[in-house]
Amino acid sequence: MTAQALANPDKSKRWRRAADLLLSRGVMRGAAIVCTVVCVVALFAEFIASDLPFVLKFHGHLYLMPNLFNPPELRIFDARLLIEHMNPGDWAILPMVPWGYNTHDLNNVLAPPSALHWLGTDAAGRDVLSRLVYGARVSLTVGLLSVVLLVAIGMTLGTIAAYFGGWVDTLLMRIVEVVHSIPTILLLVTILAVVAPQGFSAVLAIAVVIGAVRWTDVARLIRGEVLRVKTLDYVLAARAAGANSRRIIFQHVLPNASSPVLVSATFALAAAILIEGALSFLGFGIPDDMASWGGLLNGVRDDVQAWWLAVFPGGAMFLTVTAFNVLGEGVRDAVDPRLRT
Amino acid sequence: MWRFLLKRLLLMIPTFIGVTLICFLILRLANAEPMSANLDIGLSGRQISRDALEHLRRLYDLDKPWYQQYFRLVRRLVSFDLGTRWQDGRPISEVIGEALPITLLLSTLSLVIAYLLAIPLGVLSAARRGSKSDTITTVGLFLLYSLPSFWVGTMLLVFLASGRFVNCPWIDAPGCFPLQGWHSFDGFDQLGFWAKCVDVGWHVTLPIFTLSYGALASLSRYARLGILEALHQDYVRTARAKGLSERVVLYKHALRNGIIPIITLLGLTLPYLIGGSVIVEQIFGIRGMGYVALEAIRLPDYPLVITIVAFTAIVTMVGVLISDFLYAVVDPRIRLGEEASS
Repeated sequence: MTAQALANPDKSKRWRRAADLLLSRGVMRGAAIVCTVVCVVALFAEFIASDLPFVLKFHGHLYLMPNLFNPPELRIFDARLLIEHMNPGDWAILPMVPWGYNTHDLNNVLAPPSALHWLGTDAAGRDVLSRLVYGARVSLTVGLLSVVLLVAIGMTLGTIAAYFGGWVDTLLMRIVEVVHSIPTILLLVTILAVVAPQGFSAVLAIAVVIGAVRWTDVARLIRGEVLRVKTLDYVLAARAAGANSRRIIFQHVLPNASSPVLVSATFALAAAILIEGALSFLGFGIPDDMASWGGLLNGVRDDVQAWWLAVFPGGAMFLTVTAFNVLGEGVRDAVDPRLRT
Repeated sequence: MWRFLLKRLLLMIPTFIGVTLICFLILRLANAEPMSANLDIGLSGRQISRDALEHLRRLYDLDKPWYQQYFRLVRRLVSFDLGTRWQDGRPISEVIGEALPITLLLSTLSLVIAYLLAIPLGVLSAARRGSKSDTITTVGLFLLYSLPSFWVGTMLLVFLASGRFVNCPWIDAPGCFPLQGWHSFDGFDQLGFWAKCVDVGWHVTLPIFTLSYGALASLSRYARLGILEALHQDYVRTARAKGLSERVVLYKHALRNGIIPIITLLGLTLPYLIGGSVIVEQIFGIRGMGYVALEAIRLPDYPLVITIVAFTAIVTMVGVLISDFLYAVVDPRIRLGEEASS
């Protein structure tokens, strides 16, 4: 950048600087805010959208956080029923969205956004905003779990391939090529159709399957880094000093290869959220009794004119994915200027 | 160079074996007794005699050990003896013969469009590096890159095809684009050649847009980088020093060299598009390979699933081969390096 600017000074430099500034301050801050908001929403979903209040005085009982503990005697109630059945003297502090993600409001099926349902309802009369909130939890859980898994698999196999070389390397790189040759979505859909997980295990299964299929990029990256670092003088020196393979790998090689992995993990998180979205959209991902952004988007099938089912879940996914991608670029620039594009 | 290509070609064999083996094992582990699953669906729970069951098991090789089954599978794939679809008994080769051209039509058209737009965009952006237009293009492409294709497709369907938001008075249907299919269902056969082309074009506009923008975003990013890198090279400085105009430097010297990386990406973009068509075909109800594949997985029709996965894998491998070939053609270092070392 500087060499180019020195060699070719022009009036556009002002623009460039403005863009740099924007990217470094505004956009990066925006991305960080979006990521934080999504994480907070995912963590505290019950306090943002729930059938039951935070605190409830009902028929002489005082309930603390029934939204979290879901006491059996309140299970038949949703927020409206609760208020209808209140005695004089009862009171409640309701969350912002007084709808659970599986509460069916059958008077408002496929209803457009209104004061009652801020972002409308789906074909089963479930509140879209509430499902968005719980969908954030599903998306982030799948994303984080699968990234942890794919980084672990990728680092292990990549290091083994590079360090031992020979037929081990050839075999592992063949496997990478095999995995690359099958379209990810097709492979994942096949596995998930076969496993057909239900309930919360679906979240785990999808994360595991994404991790088990998407480790190849990290493996290649690590392999390249290890091959590069392996020939550096200090590794030779360590070897000459009598360090064994394990010590060299863990003490010298991996720490030097960790920053590209961090960058790649951030991008992989965004990719994993997208993949989960696509799988749920196709109907092979998160089952319908759990909330997911892709599943909500798929609701457009029930009524192609229901724009609120297209705009909001897709928008949430786009914002989140873009924010993580921008953060990835930021992390890349911060940890390793060499990788800057 | 031929030695290099031959080596790559031979390496496709173990990859092919790996792909089919993975697929076979997934489906095999899933269902130790595929026949029972098939019966539940196919015969809706009716009783079946032991003899008939044995006959069916023999028919589908289910009485053999797994490695023999796998060997037979590969033999049938290689000899193109693909069997029939469980759903309706049609030969799988016929089903694929119908679906593959549609998917190829979608992906090659998207490929062409993505390249035709990506190269000029990249060049202009690189030539005016740091300018307002470059910044806007770069940010725009970055956003485009992050847009999930299943969202874009759904939005296009809702806003342009559903008829709630825009309507074209000259089309006697709601919306401006059709909701489904790659051609009209009524009276398509009676149309003349050009009318057919118009009809198909009208139907595939939204799918192709959905499919191509992602490739466009990444390709033009590569084009911009490639040309920027070329502009740093010594021969560009020499050309400038000779007094050549910036135009000539850009289009004759930098463009030719800077474009190499994105030409070699051709082979890798095609498989990417074929993977993407799974989603696009599903959204727009187009009966291509992706649609047939999802249908087969839902049923489930395992032989059809394996066949389709094997087919897409072959297309991908051919794509990688083309990419390697192009790389060897445009970059002498590759082929000479290979020959020198062997």
